Amino acid sequence: MRRAPARGTRRPDPQYAGRALHAEWTKARTAGSTIWLLLAIIATTIAVGSAVATATRCPAAGCGQDPAKVSLSGIDLGQAVVAILAVLAISGEYGTGMILLTLTAIPRRTTMLAAKAAILTGLVMVAGTVAVLGSLLAGRLILPGHGFIPAHGYPLLSLADGPYLRAAAGSVLYLNLVGLLGLGIATAIRDSAVAIGIVLGLLYLFPVAAAAVANPHWQRHLEQIAPMSAGLAIQVTTGLRGMPISPWAGLGVLAAWATGAMLAGGLLLRLRDA
Amino acid sequence: MTVTPYQSRLREGPYGFADLLHAEWTKFRTVRGWIIAVIVGGLAIVALALAPGQQGSCNVSSCTAPVGPGGEEVSDSFYFVHQPLSGNGSITVRVTSLTGEIPVLTQGAAMRAGLVPWAKAGIIIKASTSPGSAYAAMMVTGSHGVRMQDDFTQDMPGLPGAVSATSPRWLRLTRSGDTITGYDSADGTHWAQVGTALASLPQVAQVGLFTTSPGYLQTSLGEASVSGGPSVATGVFDHVGLSWPSGAWAGDNVGGGGGSPGGTAGSSQAAGTFTITGAGDIAPVVAGGGGDVTIAQTLVGTFAGLIVLVVVAAMFMTAEYRRRLILVTLTAAPRRGRVLAAKAVIIGTVTFAAGLVSAAIAVVLGQRVLRGNGAYVYPASALTQVRVIVGTAAVLAVAAVLAVAIGTILRRGSGAVAVVVVVIVLPYLLTVAAPILPPGPADWLLRLTPAAGFAIQQTLIQYPQVTNTYTAAYGYYPLPSWAGLAVLCAWAALALSLAVFLLRRRDA
Repeated sequence: MRRAPARGTRRPDPQYAGRALHAEWTKARTAGSTIWLLLAIIATTIAVGSAVATATRCPAAGCGQDPAKVSLSGIDLGQAVVAILAVLAISGEYGTGMILLTLTAIPRRTTMLAAKAAILTGLVMVAGTVAVLGSLLAGRLILPGHGFIPAHGYPLLSLADGPYLRAAAGSVLYLNLVGLLGLGIATAIRDSAVAIGIVLGLLYLFPVAAAAVANPHWQRHLEQIAPMSAGLAIQVTTGLRGMPISPWAGLGVLAAWATGAMLAGGLLLRLRDA
Repeated sequence: MTVTPYQSRLREGPYGFADLLHAEWTKFRTVRGWIIAVIVGGLAIVALALAPGQQGSCNVSSCTAPVGPGGEEVSDSFYFVHQPLSGNGSITVRVTSLTGEIPVLTQGAAMRAGLVPWAKAGIIIKASTSPGSAYAAMMVTGSHGVRMQDDFTQDMPGLPGAVSATSPRWLRLTRSGDTITGYDSADGTHWAQVGTALASLPQVAQVGLFTTSPGYLQTSLGEASVSGGPSVATGVFDHVGLSWPSGAWAGDNVGGGGGSPGGTAGSSQAAGTFTITGAGDIAPVVAGGGGDVTIAQTLVGTFAGLIVLVVVAAMFMTAEYRRRLILVTLTAAPRRGRVLAAKAVIIGTVTFAAGLVSAAIAVVLGQRVLRGNGAYVYPASALTQVRVIVGTAAVLAVAAVLAVAIGTILRRGSGAVAVVVVVIVLPYLLTVAAPILPPGPADWLLRLTPAAGFAIQQTLIQYPQVTNTYTAAYGYYPLPSWAGLAVLCAWAALALSLAVFLLRRRDA
């Protein structure tokens, strides 16, 4: 005789996580703003990168320019769009009250947040890759006409080149980490306007403050802990020795910020009423 | 029993603009979070001004430059071969050569032949040999032709072209009371007046020949990175003609010679030909690189305050949409443009007041902290300080109005905050804080984007007769202060017009 499962205990659903993912994917896919924000990430990044590349000249060898950093400077703006996408992923639900339905359907809150993070990462990965490759292609087309030629010490931008590959892949990761930072903060804060203010403040205020500090010792420390300054060290391909932080360690600093934000957001999500 | 129907004690419409203002003020005042946020924004500005980030090693002697007759700080060091002139008189000289040496930047202290653009050799009438005293001078320069300069800030052009043995320059200065007139000539017979100067000279002034050479600057394009070092110049003079019986010539390195390399400054005289080598400059002090700090430094917190206030301002509008309060608002006051105007006035006034108080505290106390730390604060007049404080409050207020307008256009808090922060802070970041753009395009960004408003915080003056990196990265904005603020205002007006248009046209 088979024993029926006891009442009140649920069998663990082996596809629970998969369903959560599917639900989040449906929400992301059908929200009107998602596709436009993804396109905006690509368009702003490539447009600003191309504009900066067009404005930059390297008249002679030793002009101290970094072609990877110049081509990828659109990330400075693109990350703001990523932050909007990330913040809206969760605070949009708080704004409309959808969060109640979401948490009723998926009561395991960390699973829900993880599913959101996974979908967000996937979307930013795709848009970020297109944006970064487009920026580098634009740089490859524009920069040689502006003095970035082998005679001045600049071979053609190519992903086969180790440092350039690192800058490209790292920039995509950078955008993803900014996305997770935004998602974590928005989960903790719930209000979209306040959350985006905090995310952009964290990203943009550190470099402004660091530039204002004349003391080189303090400046170096600020650039080592700032999510944007440290994280963008991943784009540097020339003059690495003078950097306050090495490329991967810098990206690690941003990863620490993103992890901290996600942990804080997850913890508050578990502890609080929705 | 009769029941009297309920009668609201509120006055019947239509409501005037004052009522709208009252309504909007009530909405703002009753959200505790917004009041707290405005206070936090103000505190952020003050807190960053007091943060002990800036340090220096100034004491009174090492960080105080001599002050010129106009009250500005000046550098006044040159090699001076002079004799006294009592009363009126005139001096004439022929300059046949101006050569110099500039540092080879990659090789330590090595020097190579070269002349900086504002190397100077010529004649000068000066109140005394003490630095900062009044003067008027005629000179040939490295690459700006003949100039007449007086009292550090005035500069008038004379004959163009470089000086050489085959193309010498004749210079003459004539003193008549406090008026000094400068003449130049290519051949010593045909003279042209370059200009006149008023210099408050004592009865006995010092008159003579001088040479000086300001520091060499090399700017590598793009990175806007600047390197440089001291330079020296040597002028050769002959046909010295004085309108009075010549006394003995004395040689002085006025002002210590401005860090002249290796003690090369000096003069020699043989058969009426003077060869004078000097280093330094006779010009106003300009800030650039070298750890100079302006009072704008005390306002670095403006950006933190700005982001907080922009969030509040955006929410002031978008919360209406989020909570559907907009329906009540527009039912009560159907003239939509006036509703938006009332909102803009309220948020503008609140943020201006908060900005004014915090900027005033930041500038006054921040300077004290900086000086206490031994940092050299580039001087600014009281009037300039008031302009910086009021201007900073205005930047915050206009940015808040811009946020209200963008919030009305987008109807989304997150989008409005992101747009305003990006258009104001990002151009500043790309051009001033972490410059990646070369100076030319950077200047255009600071002329056209809302970030132009930060020009209101600049206290530095550009002098064309002083070589310097006049780029935004060093605190020199391409627009004058009020013009920069006007650009920001224009953006806010444009956004507000679009907001009114959309608010009228759309369903709420």
